[in-house]
Amino acid sequence: MDRAFSWVAAFPDEVWEHTFSFLPTDADRNAVALVCRSWHRIERLSRRKIFVGNCYAVEPAAAVRRFPEVRAATIKGKPHFADFNLTITDWGGGAGRWIQSMAKGWPLLEELRLKRMVVSDDCLEIAARSFKNFRVLSLASCEGFSTAGLASVAANCRNLKALDLHENEVEENCINWISHFPESFTSLVTLNIACLDGEMNVSILERLISRCPNLKTLRLNHVTPLEKLVGLLHRAPQLVDLGIGMLIGEGHPGLFSKLESAFAHLKHLKNLSGIWEAGPLYLPAIYSICEGLTALHLCDSSIQTPELSKVVSRCKNLQQLWAMDLIEDDGLIAVASSCKLLRELRIFPSDPHGLAQPVYLTQYGLLAVSSGCVMLESVLYFCRQMTNSALLAIANNCPNLTCFRLCIIEPYTPDYITQEPLDAGFGAIVELCKDLRRLSISGLLTDRVFKTIGASANRLEMLSVAFAGDTDAGLHYILSGCKKLRKLEIRDCPFGDKALLDNADKLEAMRSLWMSSCSVTLGACRLLAKKMPRLNVEVIDENGGGSLESWPDDCHVEKLYIYRTIAGPRTDAPPFVLTV
Amino acid sequence: MASYVEDTELRLGLPGSDAPAARGSKRSLPDQDDEAGDESCCRNGGSASAAKAQVVGWPPIRTYRKNSFQAMKTETTTVEPEASGLYVKVSMDGAPYLRKIDLKVYKGYMELKEALDSMFKCFSQGELSRKEGCNGSEYVISYEDKDGDLMLVGDVPWDMFTSSCKRLRIMKESEARGLEFRQ
Repeated sequence: MDRAFSWVAAFPDEVWEHTFSFLPTDADRNAVALVCRSWHRIERLSRRKIFVGNCYAVEPAAAVRRFPEVRAATIKGKPHFADFNLTITDWGGGAGRWIQSMAKGWPLLEELRLKRMVVSDDCLEIAARSFKNFRVLSLASCEGFSTAGLASVAANCRNLKALDLHENEVEENCINWISHFPESFTSLVTLNIACLDGEMNVSILERLISRCPNLKTLRLNHVTPLEKLVGLLHRAPQLVDLGIGMLIGEGHPGLFSKLESAFAHLKHLKNLSGIWEAGPLYLPAIYSICEGLTALHLCDSSIQTPELSKVVSRCKNLQQLWAMDLIEDDGLIAVASSCKLLRELRIFPSDPHGLAQPVYLTQYGLLAVSSGCVMLESVLYFCRQMTNSALLAIANNCPNLTCFRLCIIEPYTPDYITQEPLDAGFGAIVELCKDLRRLSISGLLTDRVFKTIGASANRLEMLSVAFAGDTDAGLHYILSGCKKLRKLEIRDCPFGDKALLDNADKLEAMRSLWMSSCSVTLGACRLLAKKMPRLNVEVIDENGGGSLESWPDDCHVEKLYIYRTIAGPRTDAPPFVLTV
Repeated sequence: MASYVEDTELRLGLPGSDAPAARGSKRSLPDQDDEAGDESCCRNGGSASAAKAQVVGWPPIRTYRKNSFQAMKTETTTVEPEASGLYVKVSMDGAPYLRKIDLKVYKGYMELKEALDSMFKCFSQGELSRKEGCNGSEYVISYEDKDGDLMLVGDVPWDMFTSSCKRLRIMKESEARGLEFRQ
């Protein structure tokens, strides 16, 4: 055996290690680890970054044991649909066991990124004290911690470069947690506290900013008084990424010119985000920086199209635009003619439940952008009407789309001109956009669209489906096609047992499957779990849990979450979640 | 590229209502629905009433974002001491009927102008104009104040305006010239 692999011994381990460091993806490194024992050993000892897409797919201790020299870890917890309240509270996703294993096995850990996990203050404290070289803490869509936990991070992480809190639910019990950064602390490069609701002591923040000369990203929360914002901006003219929190101002005329001058000083600014509550009259204050912007994330309640159009038409270098649908078709037409480098467009609904007067945002806006912005790759679009012909045109205009998420707000909405299902339109998207990796479909859709997706979406990795399809065949098309599918999430579709059981093997090739309000029975779940021991088949029973064994096979399963794992059934599931 | 014929189409809808003429989608029940009436699927699409039951988790926007947005809305409205709106009639020369708007909803003249633009766009040929830079419109907005005088909108601070405005009138520029002259 050794003789056959003597070529491995021809080079010292360090050479292989160095070679492996050029491999771009974890998948490549995983492949390398399968070649021979030596490479497996060398690879695992030199792995510096790991990505765990599902925290329950592997035991934390096992991961830490296999890769003892990791410096950066990214871990994700709850399924994506948890964002929309489709899981239950206390579903799981706790970070505790991971943090404990990492604290023991990876004392040199530098970067930790957690998404959709439950992180307690204890976790934060343990992390802050255990990782001496801690540099980056990123928490996205997490919950379970408070500003007291943040205070211990501030106090203990002497070399922290990034504290990035993105859309977390944080209990705010420690008002001046920011003051726990010691006076000697100067290493901050990224500070994102946009999700915190509480009042911030602005002078403490000012002092912190002043002593961190490398600060490049600053995303503030509700910094209410405009004057205070102006002061902060003057202290950090080197900013590249600014989040203005909620910019409120009704005040005196002098304020406008102060704001204008503060922005004009930000010569390196590339990203601007925040909630512009100051009204359209203050918007011209940012005109001077528009040309340098590559990303603009403006969620707003009062800016209408004319003012917003004036901003976007100055943003000639914009690559990413996130806006509310108040931008309307006219605003998007302005985008199409001015923002020729646009790669990503996200349009969110200002009035998701249709209580106010509808905004004038239709398929024409997206069509305009697809036509004018040839580099468009990623789309998220909430609207109330669509046509097959518009989708076909968009597909023709943008064959390089990698992400297309269209949400027509009213379920089952057909092509509003022909009244037909939108099968043809979405079909065109998957057939013409060969690099499509993520797709969300909506509107009136029959099994036909799934047939096309299954057959043509060869690079698709994530698919989100809601209120679509006629029969089980729809699910079957997806599971039997879509070679690269990793994540599938479905709600309110007539998909059931047969498709699941016929494609059981596929489920192990995917990361996870979520199905809610479909037609799955407990019997099928039992069969599936029996057939596939390396899948966790979790059934959520909101009526109170209780013993699964007593329920009959034909009992309907309202929420189902299936994921592959080598860790076996999880031990931290609440009573409402039952592993079959 | 799409045509914008719609802008000049005659409509049967009320001014300010959804621009596209055919918006049957909201009320249509899916005809092609073959499925065997499975009660497990949530069928919300057919309901046409304004107070329809909200489906859990739909549309798929992050609760966090929803909270932020709603919080913003309540923040801006709680600034106003009175809960009741300040509704005034709005008439436009040439329009067959009047509208009513709530002045408390707007924070300034710009927004008011935009709101009136979108409300009355289909009655004005040159458009009160939502296109950028087009300030030379054919119409002028005036209001009747507490004393019964017809005033030009925009002269006084916004708060003073909202407390004294009794009704709004959108008039042709040619008529409005007379107003300015008098002042």
